[in-house]
Amino acid sequence: MTTLPPAVRFVRSNLGLIVAPLFVAAGAVALYVYNHTTDKIFQDERALGWDRNLRPQLEQHLSLTLWSTAFTILLAVPLGVLLTRPRYRRAGGPILAVATSGQALPAFGLIVLAFAWLGRGPWTAVWALTFFTLLPVLRNTMVGLEQVDRAVIEAGRGMGLTKRQALMEIEMPLAVPVILAGVRTALVINVGMAALAFLIGAGGLGATISSGIKLQRTPVLLTGAAMTALVALAVDWVAALIEKSLRPSGL
Amino acid sequence: MTTAKIELQGVGKRYPGTAAPAVANLDLQIPEGEIVVLVGPSGCGKSTTLRLINRMIEPTSGRIVFDGEDVTGVNPDLLRRRIGYVIQQIGLFPHQTIAENVATVPRLLGWDKARIARRVDELLDMTGLDPNVYRDRYPKELSGGQAQRVGVARALGGDPEVLLMDEPFGAIDPITRDRLQNEFLRLQGELRKTIVFVTHDIDEAIKMGDRIAILGEQSRIRQFDTPERILAYPIDEFVSEFIGSGSTLKGLNFERVRDLDLSGTFLVVQPDVDRAEALARYEQSPERWMLVLDPQQRPIRWVDGSHLADRAVPLERAGRPVIALIEPDATLHDALERMLLSNAGQAVVVDKQGRFQGIVDVEQLADVLKRLRNQAKKHYDELAANGAAEASQPEEPG
Repeated sequence: MTTLPPAVRFVRSNLGLIVAPLFVAAGAVALYVYNHTTDKIFQDERALGWDRNLRPQLEQHLSLTLWSTAFTILLAVPLGVLLTRPRYRRAGGPILAVATSGQALPAFGLIVLAFAWLGRGPWTAVWALTFFTLLPVLRNTMVGLEQVDRAVIEAGRGMGLTKRQALMEIEMPLAVPVILAGVRTALVINVGMAALAFLIGAGGLGATISSGIKLQRTPVLLTGAAMTALVALAVDWVAALIEKSLRPSGL
Repeated sequence: MTTAKIELQGVGKRYPGTAAPAVANLDLQIPEGEIVVLVGPSGCGKSTTLRLINRMIEPTSGRIVFDGEDVTGVNPDLLRRRIGYVIQQIGLFPHQTIAENVATVPRLLGWDKARIARRVDELLDMTGLDPNVYRDRYPKELSGGQAQRVGVARALGGDPEVLLMDEPFGAIDPITRDRLQNEFLRLQGELRKTIVFVTHDIDEAIKMGDRIAILGEQSRIRQFDTPERILAYPIDEFVSEFIGSGSTLKGLNFERVRDLDLSGTFLVVQPDVDRAEALARYEQSPERWMLVLDPQQRPIRWVDGSHLADRAVPLERAGRPVIALIEPDATLHDALERMLLSNAGQAVVVDKQGRFQGIVDVEQLADVLKRLRNQAKKHYDELAANGAAEASQPEEPG
């Protein structure tokens, strides 16, 4: 392997990161061509209007995904840190169980439950999604912190790092790859879940899928479904880039 | 005992819910500028004792005094920045470069960047790593030996007066370990830090320690003395069992050939000697072998009566070659090894130019061992007679 030119080695080790955006772009082009070459009836034109429906839905979809992921991180990472401190370690089991139940509930049921409790609107959807994706981020934060070599922390504390310094300068940087893997999982789950948000009036690309089913129009159904899939792939790609860039060197 | 750099006064550690304490009522004085080795069987609490000193483990009783200052209650994080700490697993920060690792304590102490950079280069140099090569590398690119060098450099970062080392060379292959130990002793010769060193390996303890504390259960001190005296006179069954059967031989490592009395009379001849006269001398002497020296006084052959009698063979080629040569700086342990290899059961002492100085035999070594043992015994008898101190307390070597 060492004899390969650097460019080839770069491509090989980053194959996934290079192929994914090409795939997404190809999918988007295919979808565009398909929509502009098939015969459409009036309802199709209406449902697939870019400015009227698709663009706002795409924006809603992304914003639901990003807000819920942001809340997930804000809740789960500090909670994970707390639950790996000696004082609160014993609470880890029960809290992890609650987070697991969040993910065990069917997404559909969870969104409807949140609706019954918090009413219509995008924020209800955001909270439902946040609760749903708490688990992967919480668990990965805990696992990530716990897999840090005890000897490294011991050495740091032994040289006079305070508990907080040991956490921020040693444990967190070393746990980042695992935590980010959890965040990436959460993001992808959220893109899928956000497709159900239209049920409680929170918009998203699920509305187009639903129209396609109701109208029994394949172009509409296909467009909604394909766009959701492409968003998931694109989001995952961006997350992978972030993961790569935040991974501490030396690991 | 005002010269003690660190003093443990009745220090104990009892974990909640356990009947017996892990460390029971320990009194220990670590003299300034010395390496004190804590050694004992697994589970005797030696690592715990070490970690009580920098309060990685908080003692449940007693006081820790540092330079005359009671540090049992001070902020442990600030205390630890004054004490270097090296552990067996090294624990380099994998996400930081070697330079960043070494800079840990200076950074915590708030030094400015230029001073930190100078200090890092100085420390890497000191521990035998070229700063230009290693400064920007990451720990995963280092071998075990190199990583431990960085570990030592990092512990010395803030120029602490005290260094705690917990089996620092324990996970390193024997050849590299030996080299690191030697380099560390050379470094210590310059730095003169006060060092507490934990190991379970008595040979490492003997090699590294200015003093050795042999610890039993619950970190009770069974004997605390110089390695020479412990080897010459293990105070009880426990100690002698722990240091093992080879202890007498290990004691020979501390004595040098030059300190022996080499003034005895030896049978030496020049190759061109009158054979009849040499033979006469040989027969009058109780010695079994005669040493042939060349004109520069360098030993060349061992010969006996039959070789002297056989005039056909010149003495330069008669008898057996001299292989057991040894210089005055060598230890008696080396001398013994040479002796066992030698044809004559004796080692020939020569100076740097290879000129004959004298001969060492097993009897002389036995005498040395007897003398060491008697001295140590006398030392302990005097201590007991004075009744002033426990037999296990440190005294200046006599």
